[in-house]
Amino acid sequence: MPRHVKLKKGYDIPISGTAERILAQAVNPLRFGVKPVDFPGLIPKLDVKAGEKVKAGTPLFHSKLNPDILFVSPVSGTVISVERGERRKILEVIVEKEGDDHICFAKADPSSLTREEITRELLLSGLWPAVRQRPYNIIAKPYEKPKAIFISAFDTAPLAPDLSFVISHFSEELFRSGLLAISKLTDGKVHLVLNSKGETSPVLSNAEGVEISYISGPHPAGNVGVHIHHIDPLNKGEVVWTVNLQDIIAIGRLFTEGIYKPERIIALTGSEVTKPCYYRILTGACVASVVEGNVENDNVRYISGNVLTGTRISRDGFPGFYDSQITVIPEGNNFEFLGWALPGNKKLTFSRAFTSAFLPKKAFTPDTNFHGGERAFVMTGQYEKVLPMDIYPMQLCKAILVEDIDLMENLGIYEVAEEDFALCEFICPSKIEIQSIIRKGLDLMIREMS
Amino acid sequence: MNSLRKKIDKIKPHFTEGGRFAKLRSVFEGFESFLFVPDRVTVRGSHIRDSIDLKRTMIIVVIALVPALLFGSYNVGLQYFRSIGADAEIIRCFWFGFLKILPLIIVSYVTGLGIEFIAAQIRGHEINEGFLVTGILIPLIVPVDVPLWMLALSTAFAVILGKEVFGGTGMNVFNPALLARAFLFFSYPGWMTGDTVWTYNLTAGENIIDGFSGATPLAYAAGGELSGIPSFLEMFIGTIPGSVGETSTIAVLLGALILIITGIGSWKIILSVFAGGLAMGLLLNLVAVNPFMELPFYYHFVMGGFAFGAVFMATDPVTASQTEKGKWIYGFLIGVLSILFRVLNPAYPEGVMLAILLMNLFAPLIDYYIIESHIKKRLKRASLANNIQGV
Repeated sequence: MPRHVKLKKGYDIPISGTAERILAQAVNPLRFGVKPVDFPGLIPKLDVKAGEKVKAGTPLFHSKLNPDILFVSPVSGTVISVERGERRKILEVIVEKEGDDHICFAKADPSSLTREEITRELLLSGLWPAVRQRPYNIIAKPYEKPKAIFISAFDTAPLAPDLSFVISHFSEELFRSGLLAISKLTDGKVHLVLNSKGETSPVLSNAEGVEISYISGPHPAGNVGVHIHHIDPLNKGEVVWTVNLQDIIAIGRLFTEGIYKPERIIALTGSEVTKPCYYRILTGACVASVVEGNVENDNVRYISGNVLTGTRISRDGFPGFYDSQITVIPEGNNFEFLGWALPGNKKLTFSRAFTSAFLPKKAFTPDTNFHGGERAFVMTGQYEKVLPMDIYPMQLCKAILVEDIDLMENLGIYEVAEEDFALCEFICPSKIEIQSIIRKGLDLMIREMS
Repeated sequence: MNSLRKKIDKIKPHFTEGGRFAKLRSVFEGFESFLFVPDRVTVRGSHIRDSIDLKRTMIIVVIALVPALLFGSYNVGLQYFRSIGADAEIIRCFWFGFLKILPLIIVSYVTGLGIEFIAAQIRGHEINEGFLVTGILIPLIVPVDVPLWMLALSTAFAVILGKEVFGGTGMNVFNPALLARAFLFFSYPGWMTGDTVWTYNLTAGENIIDGFSGATPLAYAAGGELSGIPSFLEMFIGTIPGSVGETSTIAVLLGALILIITGIGSWKIILSVFAGGLAMGLLLNLVAVNPFMELPFYYHFVMGGFAFGAVFMATDPVTASQTEKGKWIYGFLIGVLSILFRVLNPAYPEGVMLAILLMNLFAPLIDYYIIESHIKKRLKRASLANNIQGV
């Protein structure tokens, strides 16, 4: 009998621009980008120079601290530039596609391979970064043994893609093979967590060799951190790994076809998209290839990921390594006369402080306005309403701010990631940047524990 | 509004770094963001933000105080006309009282906001909205006859020593409005206690009709003259002497309704203060060795500042307990102590103010133990997991 967990805390932000369940064709993208900044804590070392020819699967850069972890090109072609930011930090390595050449990796049935062989194959092919660890939500250490591996099979973030719809467009064989490979990496269980609400693809609910659990509730019920907390919570010294659902497919493809082909179905969403729907792309494909002719307005923000945790990108930017969603929302760079004082029939709010809270529910089209100024912590008991974990969010934030390592540890820093606190940040009346605080805490712990 | 916006944009450069009035930057920002929600967009973290901010939060508390303010205006007039034996219709009472209260409000806001502006400028911060509420609370919890300079002095004391020295809104230990009242109470007891301070011009004693005492119901109760206490209904409506905004339980409950519906005030605290008061009131009724103890427990809810304190003072999120479990304990103890001080301490006829200030002091301790027990629970979970692994 699978476990069922029903969560009450959380909030589904009513926002317009959900993707229709149509798989559209992307304009053939030419430019692909791989971004070291997608991986928190990574110090990248370049393996290529601008002008060099690469194949799909050629390493572009690797991790300085762990040179076995490679980051590879998704396509064959030429490295056209390495974009750098402040202090020469590498932001993007851009490859222009040409031809269809790829590095051949060994094909094998994962069931016949050992744990070490699978690890090596994943490292070589550039798929290792798809495996992340908790605590800290960073790329997993290849030679550590996690007590369990978690795969979330649904996403509850605002306008998130329907992963059941997504998975139905891939061959079941790839998924099975990927799961098999992943399950070799741990002596513990592989947890596949499904949503007990809505339809679930039989590919997921009939998956073999995994422990299936059901969780339901408002966002962040789909966050893997919440799943871990309720199914097999992390204690000090323990490690759990997580893999995104679509990366299981890419891993399966590596073993069945012997190639690095990070194919992914992404949802193009948001109020500024004329026809929000799904696209099949290769990870890192230029966003312009899907938004071309689909976004009319200029004063908009392109986000790789969802509105809560995503990264701001330009129109010619590239989706992040872990993202299956592009969101386009209006910028909010305008003044609003007495905006805080009016009744507010059209104001998006989790609170009940505007009249909109008492009107029939409908979808809003929020913009990026900050809606106020940053203040000290004043209101209490708010964050708790949107964090379905047995954790004191404000006290944890304060422990991080004063850098009290013991207290952070005691209050559960190992169990959390920025994304779990994204809603706290959204609803905060003091406009405190909680996700940054949590990241700061995680970075502090990494430094302290190493 | 475009023309106003243009004017602001035109003068804005003077208030930025290097401008002529750079020293007034915080003040300018304060006024600008008061008129217009700024065009600032999100840079890090969540790309969209809730529409609520502290300005909205505070203004809702101010709105919740309006019924008490309106009734207070009426009651000030009513008590005055009663004291001189005149009949006056509602509007006249209201207008008379309003004109008496208005200077209190102005003095409180000007003093407090002035200090806030200076503090914000010194720190280079934006102006905090906290005083929007404190500034209206202070006039509502003092006698109408209090001299304006005393009000200004106590407000300055509360804002500077009660709040700014700790780092401003959000950092203070004690509720600033109550601190202002406590300052008045201990520095100028002659203006804060007795029977004559609660009614306008009663201390001067001109034209007062015979038999009008001006004593509050609590004073009668403390003196053991239960017969002098007005009816429950009269006290519930609030046509009794007392501090400006505290007399009407109905008006306070209206405010409570606004706070609870909007979710700005913690219903847990409000409810638990009343629960604590109920428990202590019943206990005293059981013991009942003097007339005050015999007073039916539910009378306490409509007398003095009990309801006002429960709804508007105890719920101050900064000085209250910050954990949800802690709020129950915090509120309950306020209720218990209020009635305890009120009935058993002959020195002070009213105990609510001191009970809340005392619990402000203990709120961090309550939170500390709640967090400690949470940590213990987590450690237990961890050792349990280790044991299982060991097997």
